[in-house]
Amino acid sequence: MVYSDRAIRGSSAVLVLIAGLAWSSTFSPAQSTSQKGASTTREAGLAAWEQVYSVLTYPRCINCHTATNYPQQGDDRHRHLFNVVRGPGGKGVSGLNCATCHQSANADSTGVPGAYNWHLAPLSMKWQDTNDNILSSPEVCRSLTDRSKNGSLDGPGILRHHEQEPLVLWAFQPGRRRDATERSLPPLTHEQFVAATRTWVKAGMPCP
Amino acid sequence: MQTYKLMVNGQTREVTVDSGTPLLWVLREELKMTGTKYGCGISACGACTVHLAGVATRSCVVPVSLIGDRSIVTIEGIGQDRVGRAVQDAWVTEDVVQCGYCQSGQIMSAVALLKSRRNPTDADIEESMGGNICRCGTYVRIRKAIKAAAQQLA
Amino acid sequence: MSASTMLRLESGLSRRGFLRVSATAAGGLIVSLYLDFPLLAQAPQAKMYPPDSFVHIQQDGKIVIQVNRLEFGQGVQTSLPMLLADEMDADWQHVVAELAPAADVYKDPVFGIQMVGGSGSIAHSFQQYRELGAKTRAILLAAAAQEWKVPATQCRTEASVVYGPGGRSAKYADLADTAAHVPVPENVPLKNASDFKLIGKDTRRLDSRPKCDGSLKFGLDLDLPGMKVALVAHPPIFGASPKSVDDKAARSIPGVMDVFEIPTISRGTAVVVVADKFWTAKQARDCLAIDWDFTRVEPADTAQLWAKYKELADTPGNVAVSRGDLSMLDGVSAANRIDAEYEFPYLAHTPMEPLNTTIRFDGDHAEVWAGSQFQTIDQIAIADTLGLKPEQVTFHTEMAGGGFGRRATPDSHVQREAAAIAKHCKSIPVKLIWAREDDVQGGYYRPMHAHRIEIGIGADGMPLAWRHVIVGQSIVAGTPFASFLIKNGVDETAVEGVADNPYEIPNFSVSAHHPTVNVPVLWWRSVGHTHTAFVMETLVDELATRAGTDPIAYRRKLLKPDAKKLRGVIDLMEEKSAAWRNHLAEGHAAGVACHESFGTSVACAVDVSIENKRPKIHCVTVAVDCGTAVNPLTVESQFQAGVSFGVSQLMAKGAITFKDGHAEQNNFDGYTPPYMVDAPVAVDVHIVPSTEKPSGCGEPPVPVISPAVVNALFRLTGKRYRTLPLLSL
Repeated sequence: MVYSDRAIRGSSAVLVLIAGLAWSSTFSPAQSTSQKGASTTREAGLAAWEQVYSVLTYPRCINCHTATNYPQQGDDRHRHLFNVVRGPGGKGVSGLNCATCHQSANADSTGVPGAYNWHLAPLSMKWQDTNDNILSSPEVCRSLTDRSKNGSLDGPGILRHHEQEPLVLWAFQPGRRRDATERSLPPLTHEQFVAATRTWVKAGMPCP
Repeated sequence: MQTYKLMVNGQTREVTVDSGTPLLWVLREELKMTGTKYGCGISACGACTVHLAGVATRSCVVPVSLIGDRSIVTIEGIGQDRVGRAVQDAWVTEDVVQCGYCQSGQIMSAVALLKSRRNPTDADIEESMGGNICRCGTYVRIRKAIKAAAQQLA
Repeated sequence: MSASTMLRLESGLSRRGFLRVSATAAGGLIVSLYLDFPLLAQAPQAKMYPPDSFVHIQQDGKIVIQVNRLEFGQGVQTSLPMLLADEMDADWQHVVAELAPAADVYKDPVFGIQMVGGSGSIAHSFQQYRELGAKTRAILLAAAAQEWKVPATQCRTEASVVYGPGGRSAKYADLADTAAHVPVPENVPLKNASDFKLIGKDTRRLDSRPKCDGSLKFGLDLDLPGMKVALVAHPPIFGASPKSVDDKAARSIPGVMDVFEIPTISRGTAVVVVADKFWTAKQARDCLAIDWDFTRVEPADTAQLWAKYKELADTPGNVAVSRGDLSMLDGVSAANRIDAEYEFPYLAHTPMEPLNTTIRFDGDHAEVWAGSQFQTIDQIAIADTLGLKPEQVTFHTEMAGGGFGRRATPDSHVQREAAAIAKHCKSIPVKLIWAREDDVQGGYYRPMHAHRIEIGIGADGMPLAWRHVIVGQSIVAGTPFASFLIKNGVDETAVEGVADNPYEIPNFSVSAHHPTVNVPVLWWRSVGHTHTAFVMETLVDELATRAGTDPIAYRRKLLKPDAKKLRGVIDLMEEKSAAWRNHLAEGHAAGVACHESFGTSVACAVDVSIENKRPKIHCVTVAVDCGTAVNPLTVESQFQAGVSFGVSQLMAKGAITFKDGHAEQNNFDGYTPPYMVDAPVAVDVHIVPSTEKPSGCGEPPVPVISPAVVNALFRLTGKRYRTLPLLSL
């Protein structure tokens, strides 16, 4: 079972969050005590961002962050087969919902991936253009940090999302394909991804 | 092998199968309910469509281990439902079927559509029914029958 | 099978037939039609089997009518009984249709085998079923007359009741015992069309409700006590055999009964898994480790085949037809000629119900259940495999989920597999299933074809000379059909629709090359017309454009004067589509095509736009002349659905391609038939009123849709499309 007891995880995440908030408030750019310290933080933040960007734009994540009315699938990010569409709320349409095939866990015996509440990210969270081209690092960074687009998440909120959201966790345990091969993994582990996000958030979420 | 209690068309059924067995084969071979069809096994054609907790679901890709306590309704039971009966009647009145093999799935998808849309437009129909294959090509009459059923239900 | 071939056969046959009447032990009347047709001169004599029944009038009034062909969507289980029931004056509400098992008596009157194909069901059994109905009525009238001691001429029939003078009446069911002893009249007049109660009227299908509530059992749904399921690991390259098979893991799965080898029809060997259920068999097959020997088989490769086919297309082949003088083509300048190359890929049928056969072999008898288009051929093949006589094989015809030709295999390869498995699993009923992957990869495709055409255009814009070379595997070579379908080295099914085209072309030649390829091929709904109609109707469209003439007017001018049926459907199509053709929306264009196949003439106009880089077909107006339309509702259904099926040829993923000897596609993700979004939104069908003998509607809808659509696309993009499927516009 991929997910441990949610209550325990939830409270430990809160503890991490409180610690993180305390940590970041000590080192917020406006309060940096030396110029060298500030630029290292921003540099470190930008470097961390590129790591985050490499995961966000990996097929396991970006396939559901489309700018169109369809998801993508596969490492080649082709348009999802069988004419599935976004529908209201990104959950498909009646008769052809995401849940029509995708359950709350991977179905390895049939090759269909799954996680709790499988659905498309809203169009405001698109990381591609309408021709399925991946947006640039600055563009995705701006989109991710725009609270009018990202579901009103601040830095800690984004960190929490990267730590806990089942669909994000799924990307790191994406299950087996129909031919019994394992789906390919993002360039970082989940732990590395969360660490990079934390560094970036601490640095004030700088964008290139 | 594990034992699962499934709620199918209002009845509790118990099956003992390998946990990875798709619901489709549990229905067809354990419960001998062959109304739900095997067309492709990869959720491409919709012939295996059932309702799982009211959601149209492609049973060929859902292992029985992921069902939980969600209730299952199949083509054999959908006639007990007002919308299901209207759809089946419209299918007969409009003489939709040719070989008929895909039609269990078509009807289950159509019922899901009509339960969420009283008066589906052509675009609604094309989206919701867009993933069901009819190799004979009865799409023209499927469209007509859905509209006839909607009228009947109004 | 081409219509022209069928006509030649008919004139060579003599007929002798009689009705035999008997009473059943349970009461009721059975009427048998015992036919003794000498087969085609070259084919072996049909074996004689004990007569079986066509009509059973049950005590409760139900009238059970045996249908001599597979029902696989085309509607014969309704339209053939309509013919019989109308002549019989049976109460339609009490008619029940059953699919007849394999037996001599159910053989197609023209082809002499029990079959469905060539769009011949109604055409060949129209007279037969009407006669059966008329003679049954005559017997019942005679029985009533006998009981009432009145002349039969004073009696009449209506809705399963005989009415006599003085207010007498008797139900058919109550007359059965007497009728059983009445001699069957030799000749009985059939109804005048004006007296038809059912024939010619829209009649809803008899099998609708059970197909809508999950109760109708297809072959795949059968369940027998103690039944096992068999899956076959076929050689990835046709004809190969395993060097070694590691089945340890497979055998260790609980529920697996056995793993063994059987021969395949292509002289290779396949590995069979028999298990208690499908999922178990699938798990087991998936973990078989087979090391195949590919050293003695040729691996087909699409790229290599195209290179070879194009080379062949540049040289003359075996002549199918030649008239006039083609040498004038050499002197024609570019301004006055068309040089065209067309490419058509392998097509898979992929009927929705995967192929399956259930069989039990008991040593001296076998029982088979299958949705077969070729019951008696399959019966013979199964008997051959099991060392039985055909009459020792009981073959039940099951309702089938589509076929489109896939279930009509001269080599009965699936049935032979099933029989070999049954032999190994003696006395255990086994259901052989071809999973979808087996189906998409298993061969028996519509062959690949290359066409090379050179046209010399006269000053009047009409084609003066037309040289046409077709390259493609022969479908019938190596089958019993070869003896009458291959002439002068030309497989008629490869050139039909071109060789016999209805256009006035004074200097005309068609020749064909039939390369041998290690890929089994088969007829795919409308056979040669699938590609020949596309070539003809797009070239005619191009000629019309060059001549600056409207495509409908151009066809009228080019058609032979005696092409009356085609002219008729063109007129009707023009009339019925005028309103929308003259008011096309922005970004829409119209395309037309006409074609005659299997004796039926069709013309269509399509309204097309481009959406998401694909053709969007908004409406199709079809006009059809199929002679007498027995059930106009079925004719409409066939054309509405048939043109949607025909769109298969345009689908971006509508091709089977070969690499390293096997198909690159294995399921609907790689080989995709039309979904609703790909099919026409609306299709209106118009039937030319006719009292002529009926011709078929199964295949005629298919050839016209692809050329009509690309003819419309030309008006939107300026491009001519000569390669199918349409990958990009």
